[in-house]
Amino acid sequence: MSEMSLEHVTNNYLDVLREIGNIGAGNAMTALSQMLQSKVDMQVPQVRLLEFSEVGAMVGGEEQLMVGVLLGVEGDITGSIMFLVELEAAKGLVKKMMMGYESGQQGLDEMETSAMMELSNIITGAYLNSLATLTNLCIFPTPPSLTVDMAGAILSVPAIMFGELGDNILMIQSRFSDEVEVDGYFILIPDLPSYQKILSALGIV
Amino acid sequence: MGNIITVGMADLKTCKSPDGLITLGLGSCIGIAIRDPKTGIGGLAHIMLPDSTSIRGNQNIAKFADTGIVELVRQMEKMGASRIRMVAKIAGGATMFQSMSKNNLMNVGERNAAASRAVLKQLNIPLLAADTGANYGRTVTFFPETGDFHIRAVGRNETVI
Repeated sequence: MSEMSLEHVTNNYLDVLREIGNIGAGNAMTALSQMLQSKVDMQVPQVRLLEFSEVGAMVGGEEQLMVGVLLGVEGDITGSIMFLVELEAAKGLVKKMMMGYESGQQGLDEMETSAMMELSNIITGAYLNSLATLTNLCIFPTPPSLTVDMAGAILSVPAIMFGELGDNILMIQSRFSDEVEVDGYFILIPDLPSYQKILSALGIV
Repeated sequence: MGNIITVGMADLKTCKSPDGLITLGLGSCIGIAIRDPKTGIGGLAHIMLPDSTSIRGNQNIAKFADTGIVELVRQMEKMGASRIRMVAKIAGGATMFQSMSKNNLMNVGERNAAASRAVLKQLNIPLLAADTGANYGRTVTFFPETGDFHIRAVGRNETVI
């Protein structure tokens, strides 16, 4: 294991991630807009390095109900990627995607869950594709796993993964608007050896 | 009613009754609540990982079950609590994603719960109640005055252990 900590990596890595985030989120939104067959506008993604204590506030409070989708990352690099969106926004997206279908229950029913997983697959797939293209690495996601719960509880998962490296979490916020503004969050969590691989593939280290 | 003090992720706080402590949205993390009934001194730690010795970036002692619980007890003793009278309750340690139950890192919720129990045992602090595992997040509020540990989860009734 290398000596580097997340803070160490961070300055260069943040710039790179911002760029990847930009392109990736752009691709993701194109995919989304094709899927929804409507125009989706997107703002420049924000890449943030947050203290654990700030994470909850960033997404609207620890108890904000959110949909979290976790995918594994395999290939030349390994790790995980998480896509998060507020529950109400997720329901709106799914409804649009499924031509008006809604379950009317507090969480997501089976149909909505399956649609949301598909949507997350496409969005995170587009994001990972950008990373793969830029780094020339072979990167692909494993099947998604979805949960609806409090933001804090969902975010404990990537926080713990980052917690093995340091006290910060790296998060990409992309705000897109369809009829309403939706905040989506990507969290890419490479395993420690993969940081090095990403950075050297980009010619930084 | 006293104040309710918020404990963040990888954080720990102490208080004196009638004040209480809350931590929001515990997922795979564990909330460890300890009190000394006689003095009304209480503490709550929100730990993320089981063991500080297996990790390099271990400066934040509140992040780990081993160092976090020891530090919480130390701070409570400093306030005048006595170790002999201390009792504990824990909650959290969920497996938030199904795919996570397979590999080691992913099973961190269970490992966190096991480590918390082990550290409490080492310190000779009796564990009076626990609500750990399952697949949902928990918000917990602790009142050292009564020892009540309120657990709230999405779509479930609030319980008190």
